[in-house]
Amino acid sequence: MEQDNHLQADPLIRMKGITKRFPGVLANDSVDFSVGEGEIHALVGENGAGKTTLMKILYGIYSKDSGRIYFEDELVNIEDPKAASELGIGMVHQHFMLVPPLSVVDNITLGSEIANRGILDREEGKKRIKELANDIGFDIDPEATVADLSVGVRQRIEILKVLFREAEVLILDEPTAVLTPQEVESLYNILNNLQEQGKTIIFITHKLNEVMDLADRVTVMRDGKEVGTKEIQKTSKNELANMMVGREVLLRVEKEKAERGEELIRAKNLTVTNDKGVNIVEDISFSIREGEVFGVAGVQGNGQTELIEALTGIDDFSSGTVEVNGSNITDADGQELREEGIGHIPEDRLDRGMITEFTVTENFVLGYHTFERYSSRLFLKLKEMDRHAEEAVEEFDIKTPSVKTLGESLSGGNQQKLIVARELSQQPKLLVAAQPTRGIDVGAIEFVHERLMKERARGKGLLLVSSELDEIMSLSDRIAVMYEGEFTAVFDSDETTKEELGVYMTGSQRQDTEEVRRKALGKVSLTE
Amino acid sequence: MDWLTNIFAISTLLATIRMAVPISLAALGGLFSESTGVINIALEGIILMGAFAGTIVTNTTGSPLLGLIMAVVAGIGMALIHAIASVTFKANHIISGVALNLFATGVTFFLALVLTGGSQISVESSLPKFLGLSPVIYVTVAIFFFSGFFLYKTKLGLRLRATGEHMAAVDSVGISVTKMRYLGVLVSGALAGLGGGYLAIEQANFFTKGMSAGRGFIGLASMIFGKWTPWGAAGAASLFGFSQALQFRISIPFIPDEFLQMLPYLITIAVLVGAVGRATPPAEDGNHFLKEG
Ligand SMILES: Nc1ncnc2c1ncn2[C@@H]1O[C@H](COP(=O)(O)OP(=O)(O)O)[C@@H](O)[C@H]1O
Ligand SMILES: [Mg+2]
Repeated sequence: MEQDNHLQADPLIRMKGITKRFPGVLANDSVDFSVGEGEIHALVGENGAGKTTLMKILYGIYSKDSGRIYFEDELVNIEDPKAASELGIGMVHQHFMLVPPLSVVDNITLGSEIANRGILDREEGKKRIKELANDIGFDIDPEATVADLSVGVRQRIEILKVLFREAEVLILDEPTAVLTPQEVESLYNILNNLQEQGKTIIFITHKLNEVMDLADRVTVMRDGKEVGTKEIQKTSKNELANMMVGREVLLRVEKEKAERGEELIRAKNLTVTNDKGVNIVEDISFSIREGEVFGVAGVQGNGQTELIEALTGIDDFSSGTVEVNGSNITDADGQELREEGIGHIPEDRLDRGMITEFTVTENFVLGYHTFERYSSRLFLKLKEMDRHAEEAVEEFDIKTPSVKTLGESLSGGNQQKLIVARELSQQPKLLVAAQPTRGIDVGAIEFVHERLMKERARGKGLLLVSSELDEIMSLSDRIAVMYEGEFTAVFDSDETTKEELGVYMTGSQRQDTEEVRRKALGKVSLTE
Repeated sequence: MDWLTNIFAISTLLATIRMAVPISLAALGGLFSESTGVINIALEGIILMGAFAGTIVTNTTGSPLLGLIMAVVAGIGMALIHAIASVTFKANHIISGVALNLFATGVTFFLALVLTGGSQISVESSLPKFLGLSPVIYVTVAIFFFSGFFLYKTKLGLRLRATGEHMAAVDSVGISVTKMRYLGVLVSGALAGLGGGYLAIEQANFFTKGMSAGRGFIGLASMIFGKWTPWGAAGAASLFGFSQALQFRISIPFIPDEFLQMLPYLITIAVLVGAVGRATPPAEDGNHFLKEG
């Protein structure tokens, strides 16, 4: 095997016994890590396992407490990103390091500007950027302002930024966490092209599918330690998941039978029109009964966000009605909905789900803080709030030093658990969950899924919107496919496959409109 | 309709230009500082210091040019204190600025009393006029042209502006955030100091306590109204200059003169109420750079 040959060769980078301690945390505990020239090497592990720390040490952002780094078999001292750049190592950060009001060319060249006697030569910069982009198979407008560009494009700019500095080794920290499925697809292409050009790629991810698709080798970390490095052909998703979590993990959720009860919500002819007069959500109807999970599948950006925001009172419907237990809640705001027993796990946990500058307790009561159990006429019941938050931290296994810790110091997975804990602790009758496991690790995903299924078993209803087909397939009872603002198909989950859903998601097929409406409103199952 | 013709008289135009100089220099100074994300409300005190230093040096050396240079140096000195406090020691930018303003008010008044026994000092000489206007006015116009070029077309200008928008990004490509911020703040001190020197030596021909009279703040308002661009700031400063020029030049029947003298400040408030919210300041305004790990 050709591939194996260069894997056997001397590694390009060897990190030996890397240890890094932050106040109270041993982030890297004597970690060994090595990467061969020209390989795509995945670095996986749960949130907080120390992956980012290890890579920031390699890139010179963090200083290591002990350990050695060898580059081409020579001991090197990477004390800042500049030193890393000089070795040809570049990093695409999880949180992009781009300056939004500046143009693409200014962002890419910043710090390595092309200039004559201090005066920028932007024309030359643009030319070089276009060439670099073409080399790895995409097109970019170097004059565009970064603020106007999508996340996917911004990530390409970050990659170009690294290539512009003539990096031979690219580190990508969770590059797909923020991307839509199409964007992930084109990132794969870019990375494959880079590999063909002889670049070495290290990418951090939670998603084992990506590891299997893309990587040559994979290193797993857990609790600051390296627990093993495997060649992709010689491992499996299950093995990697078990290594990450340190115990057996169920990649498929156990779905018990749940009795379907009364109808909880009935939505009819919902339409959302944007300020340009375009219908982003068009004529959507559905109903959900007790003990039922109604999944909405679809490629992101087909109106799911708008549907959820209008349903949960953040935005308004331009027409249509929503009834919950017979009362009309079409125009209800978030507060009224919570009082009606409708919980909401928002799509974007940092933007909608929590206030990172608030403590765990404060985030735990957020939105419910006016309820009688947390507030008297004038004052908040602080003790009560803390007590409930502590119980939830315990029950939902949220890793935090205390309930007084700020939300921003929690890892993404724990932030998400906190939001799930908040919504479930209020015993909602109906839960609207949008991308409930986005960007969190396998262990946390498993946990969230189990909790959601428990609610279903208790007779709660769930509207689940997700762009992860696996998630939709394993949790839902009925599945609607949303395409360009409409439901284009509805299935019972045991009558369809991922492949079939995929076809409808691309819009190349659709079911009869009347049939979709009937099935979404649950009329078929009534005749069972 | 006497007052109406007065508004459009050539003398009003010239007065507008004269009034606009210190305001626009303060505005440009604010812009340099905030382009690196450091809020500099010490501009007010810097103008005052510049005016005082310029006056004393002009009178003792007999050279208004040396006076102006000292005004700039005094401005840089004040700005250096602001940079040390707010960049190196990460003090709150506003508090550091307030402290410097109080310091400037007190110290100039005190020294004026000690040196001359009064709170007003007349300036004994000024630069020869060129085409009827102070050479500083031409210099100011040149500074604006240069700044527009510097900020948008040069490497250093790009780095300054990037610092005000995303410090971590600047740091991650190996540029020193601290150096950029010092540069921005010191330039702002130099500009506002020049504005102060001009105010005392070239415009008023005297120093008096508290003579900055809000010009630093109006300069900041101009910067905001001008959306943090040099030409916008210049335009806004001219508007304020015009309203200051008017206050002494017109007297409208039935409207008390005192009311007209409030005009510049009223316009400031009106403009800020109208303009703030629509303009976006540099994202890192007032933030501190904390390097991780
Ligand atoms: N700058 C920092 N200061 C303090 N603790 C940190 C810092 N960066 C990371 N940590 C801690 O180190 C551990 C490992 O974090 P990280 O490397 O980000 O994990 P991963 O990228 O695998 O999710 C976590 O417990 C995290 O809270
Ligand atoms: Mg990480």
